[in-house]
Amino acid sequence: MAHIADDTYYVPHGTKWPIIGSLGMITMLSSAAFWVNGSEIAPWSFLLGALILIYMMFGWFGEVIRESEAGMYNDQVDTSFRMGMMWFIFSEVMFFACFFGALFYARMFSVAWLGGEGTGALTNELLWQGYEAVWPTAGPEGLGGDFKTVPAFGVPFINTLILLFSGLTVTLAHHALKKNERGRLVFWLFATVVLGFFFVFLQVEEYIEAYQHLGLTLGSGIYGSTFFMLTGFHGMHVTLGAIMLLVIAIRSMRGHFKPDHHFGFEAVAWYWHFVDVVWLGLFIFVYVY
Amino acid sequence: MSIESTHSHEDHTHAADHDDHHDHKPSSLLDRWLFTTNHKDIGTLYLVFSLLMFFIGGSMAMVIRAELFMPGLQLVEPDFFNQMTTMHALIMVFGAVMPAWVGFANWMIPMMIGAPDMALPRMNNWSFWILPFAFAMLLSTLFMDSGGPAAGWTLYPPLSLQSGQNFAFVVFAVHMMGISSIMGSINVIATILNMRAPGMTLLKMPLFVWTWLITAFLLIAVMPVLAGAVTMLLTDHFFGTSFFNAAGGGDPVMFQHIFWFFGHPEVYIMILPAFGVVSEIIPTFARKPLFGYSAMVYATASIAFLSFIVWAHHMFTVGMPLTGELFFMYATMLIAVPTGVKVFNWVSTMWRGSMTFETPMLFAIGFVVLFTIGGLSGLMLAIAAVDLQYHDTYFVVAHFHYVLVPGAVFALMAGAYYWLPKWTGRMYSEKWGKIHFWLSAISVNILFFPQHYLGLAGMPRRIPDYSTQFADFNMISSVGGFIFGASQLIFVGVIVHCVYKSRQTATGRVWEGAKGLEWILSSPPPYHSFNTPPVIDSTTMAHADESH
Ligand code: HEM
Ligand SMILES: [Cu+2]
Repeated sequence: MAHIADDTYYVPHGTKWPIIGSLGMITMLSSAAFWVNGSEIAPWSFLLGALILIYMMFGWFGEVIRESEAGMYNDQVDTSFRMGMMWFIFSEVMFFACFFGALFYARMFSVAWLGGEGTGALTNELLWQGYEAVWPTAGPEGLGGDFKTVPAFGVPFINTLILLFSGLTVTLAHHALKKNERGRLVFWLFATVVLGFFFVFLQVEEYIEAYQHLGLTLGSGIYGSTFFMLTGFHGMHVTLGAIMLLVIAIRSMRGHFKPDHHFGFEAVAWYWHFVDVVWLGLFIFVYVY
Repeated sequence: MSIESTHSHEDHTHAADHDDHHDHKPSSLLDRWLFTTNHKDIGTLYLVFSLLMFFIGGSMAMVIRAELFMPGLQLVEPDFFNQMTTMHALIMVFGAVMPAWVGFANWMIPMMIGAPDMALPRMNNWSFWILPFAFAMLLSTLFMDSGGPAAGWTLYPPLSLQSGQNFAFVVFAVHMMGISSIMGSINVIATILNMRAPGMTLLKMPLFVWTWLITAFLLIAVMPVLAGAVTMLLTDHFFGTSFFNAAGGGDPVMFQHIFWFFGHPEVYIMILPAFGVVSEIIPTFARKPLFGYSAMVYATASIAFLSFIVWAHHMFTVGMPLTGELFFMYATMLIAVPTGVKVFNWVSTMWRGSMTFETPMLFAIGFVVLFTIGGLSGLMLAIAAVDLQYHDTYFVVAHFHYVLVPGAVFALMAGAYYWLPKWTGRMYSEKWGKIHFWLSAISVNILFFPQHYLGLAGMPRRIPDYSTQFADFNMISSVGGFIFGASQLIFVGVIVHCVYKSRQTATGRVWEGAKGLEWILSSPPPYHSFNTPPVIDSTTMAHADESH
């Protein structure tokens, strides 16, 4: 590094990116609200908002990367970034915890009670006599019609292997970076990216199968709700993670990152491991068990 | 742990930041406020914004109290009344109290720990600048055909799922507030853990810093859960999911569980920084170190921990299994222990102190007395068996207003008066500050105390009309409400006067008994707080147990 400011905590002076980000965010989210209310132009303004957000990210991250490559960040700044990323991932953990909580609550309590267990006897007797608590279920009224579930040891199992393997490849990339073996770094990173997108591809195939052949949709009662909400948000995170990995791979090709100074790389690797762990939870509690 | 931050000209050879160092504030308005990365300017933005929201939310409260002045429907339609209660709460919680605390955090934390600024200054700007858009979107729903949200700030389904057009806007506004809070909290944690001056060990930190550290943790833990909850509402409403629909195997009560898993820590998010501020102010004006500093820290941490396992005390009436009722009852009561420790320590700090009663101290003492009333009514509510009677009555309204208004809001006022001279370099009018305090303290009791009786007599909350037996207390309460509302205008007057007119300059120390790093800076402090980290001298710190 060109140690310009080793003992100075770099405080930027002014930035236009956040306000651009806010404009993008409000354009996107208010359009989303108009969209679900049936507006016809809203999809376009939604897209515009998304583009503004993407522009903001390029600009903002680009500025940070330039500053970092110019050696303006000392170790203390680096620590701030690390803490920022760690706590961000913690917030994501809690976001998923919310949906897992919904899944567990539904399976342990609401469905059982509807079936007449515990305090639910009267509901069962008066509203849905004869409803038997089973999982999977679309509820006492079988909302969304009959459906079949995705077998765990088909595509989901392959996807588990893919993600586990991608955790390995990203670690190999990290080792290569620490030894400053740039060729292997780029190779393993791209391998991880390919695995990530392959996961997403298989997930999409699985959704198509679910909708077209299994009768399993977002509207398939509580099973469909929890299934698609959990796997859907996870899939979005994998997509985002894969894009982040791609950016890191391209930056590596351009010679970014040093063996002892590569926060951006590590942040993305952490994120990828997080997505991986969430998937294991999904595989066990949504597909297998 | 941390590396010293010395600032010098040579350090900045980068093209982007050549000029505006040291004490030059950016000259154009846009640069100063829209693009700012300065913790003080961002703090000011937060504080001004929250004051604005306080008045918007406050006017809605005035509409509510005006309608409830007499039995019968006088002024507004029932549906509009419900919009007012819902919006009032959302705005006060997310727009007034929370951003105000973030504003204090921004202003004070770097100064209190000897840092040059917040750890992540660009993100700091974004945390703030999301808020005006979020609240513009939320408020805009009032002008839609459907009107604003009217199902209560708790957004319980199935009622909230019957909202019209406004629903998606409300959900997305809540998402934006969540994103803002999470980013703000990440910044606070990174600042506190990573930016302390050498020698500022964790157990030397001022209590305001401690309470905010724990608050930030709570925020990061629960805001995503709220985001998840409203997302499920959104999909239930628009995309056919059945999370909260029994016919599909879901359960509306599940929403309540998830909401209150967020909601109870949320009430501590609003009160923990208040505990911190009061713990700063009382030692200053009692001229004694805080009694039991480390006990205060541990009490705060225990409260935070317990706040995760008491949520269902909001749901004693939904038909939970008996074991659940009992568990949540006892766990809730347990919170009274660390809370009691705090109250005891504040009182002990004052014991035999040489006290003076400047406005910040008055508000702080008001806080201790009146917050405790709210805590005690909370204990009553925590008894599951009797909550069957109290739940959803005005008793609950009285309880949470005692903890929030003469609790959180009084602490905000106390903090504002306490640090205003530091921020502006000028003294506010002590006379008008005191008038503001006495009017507020008296009227807040006229406003909320009778609501205890109303609740015990059975008056339900969230209704625009009531049986004539409740008339007297309601009228008293409304009168108190109008006086309280009007008194807050004095606060604005005092601030405006202090900022623009006051000729009495403040010294760096401001209050003779004040201890802590913020007081060794000039008033107003330099644009960048501590360019070089200060030397930490135990005698300048606010508490006694520095022997760790
Ligand atoms: C000793 C401490 C406390 C105890 C034991 C306690 C207990 C309770 C209980 C049992 C309820 C539910 C009552 C019902 O709906 O039937 C409640 C409601 C509430 N509490 Fe507390 N509380 C305490 C402190 C606080 C604090 C510090 C705050 C905020 C600063 C707070 C804010 C609220 C709010 C906002 C509600 C009403 C929520 C709603 O239904 O909209 N409480 N409290
Ligand atoms: Cu609570």
